[in-house]
Amino acid sequence: MSTQIEQQETETEADEAESEQAVESPGDQRRAAKRQRQAERDVQREAEEASLDDEETVELKVFRYDPEVEGKQEPRFDDFTVPFHKGMTVLDALIYARDRYDSSLTFRHSCRQAVCGSDALFVNGRQRLGCKTQLSDLDDPIRIEPLPHQEVVKDLVVDMEHFYDQMEAVEPYFDADELPEDSLEEQRQTRENREKVKMSTRCIWCGACMSSCNIAAGDNEYLGPAAINKAYRFAMDEREGENRKQERLRIIEQEHGVWRCQTQFSCTEVCPKDIPLTEHIQELKREAVKNNLKFW
Amino acid sequence: MSQSYNRGTVEDFGRWREFSAGMWAWIFHKFTGWVLVGYLFTHIAVLSTSLGGAELYTNTLQGLEALLVVRFLEVGLLAVAVFHILNGIRLLMVDLGVGLEAQDKSFYASLVLTGAIVVASIPTFLGGPLA
Repeated sequence: MSTQIEQQETETEADEAESEQAVESPGDQRRAAKRQRQAERDVQREAEEASLDDEETVELKVFRYDPEVEGKQEPRFDDFTVPFHKGMTVLDALIYARDRYDSSLTFRHSCRQAVCGSDALFVNGRQRLGCKTQLSDLDDPIRIEPLPHQEVVKDLVVDMEHFYDQMEAVEPYFDADELPEDSLEEQRQTRENREKVKMSTRCIWCGACMSSCNIAAGDNEYLGPAAINKAYRFAMDEREGENRKQERLRIIEQEHGVWRCQTQFSCTEVCPKDIPLTEHIQELKREAVKNNLKFW
Repeated sequence: MSQSYNRGTVEDFGRWREFSAGMWAWIFHKFTGWVLVGYLFTHIAVLSTSLGGAELYTNTLQGLEALLVVRFLEVGLLAVAVFHILNGIRLLMVDLGVGLEAQDKSFYASLVLTGAIVVASIPTFLGGPLA
């Protein structure tokens, strides 16, 4: 099952030998209690595993890697058998495996409802959100890997720093040319304009699109689908005004901006929030052309 | 992105089976594009034999057409060119923002159409006698 390293064994034996001779100190009592709890847990776990025999289960193959522990530095896969119940997601299964089998199994998760964007994983060969992917939709065994094309920190945790840098690079905040005279006055948007940017506002910064993008994998400077989508959300916002839009277009129409996109549609296909990323990138390309093409 | 160790199959090119329509379209478009560029060179080479006179040109072409391999290569060239044209139209639509939801269907359509045209062309290319 798990490849957790057994290191306590010898120590515990030595402790046992000592405690038999010496008078029982509080420390000995504590250790004895600890051993007893350990034994109880072992019995419990065996019972649990035995009870799984007549239950519906799913097989997980989880990518493991820990650069800080000797013996775990070689990337490998661990198998976990997890009881299945209706409505269970990949994240639920991982949480079960971590809580019952191997507490060193590391992955990010927070809200469990596809809002926080922490648990984008590479499940059965595709970038998916762990909490939004039903186990029943997947073929057994379920292969869970960290997002491709990002540095793995540990197990399923990848370094998102580069992704965040790209997101920040497009200045992802509302910044209107003119503010209303009364600073507390609402800055209203037309319904049509809101509809236009609606899908692009749904981004949860999970990084699935960036990981699926072939171009982003080969070109570190490429802004990537998520960042361009962010730029789209503000460039298309009519409240910001012409000057700001020009500045935004200047950022995205650079060499490593929208023009790197080769319309492979990988990002659109993996986006857990169904944002039409390619469509937005293409629209910005047309905006950029219209902006620079002058006939005279 | 740079990597300090081998992550194995996660970033393996062996994952091509997991590619989706848009990815295949991209790969085929690149591939057919390079094939067409390569063909242009042989095309120019064959055509420039006409500089050496009408007879040399005729002999060269007849000599080439007498080879069965060349006949098959011509069918291949047609397949490559037709796919590149059809997928090029598809990409034009994508660039204009027309029917992006149907991009996978239009890829399959261009594949099917390419197949049909190639099959229909076989009598023309392979039919004539190998003189």
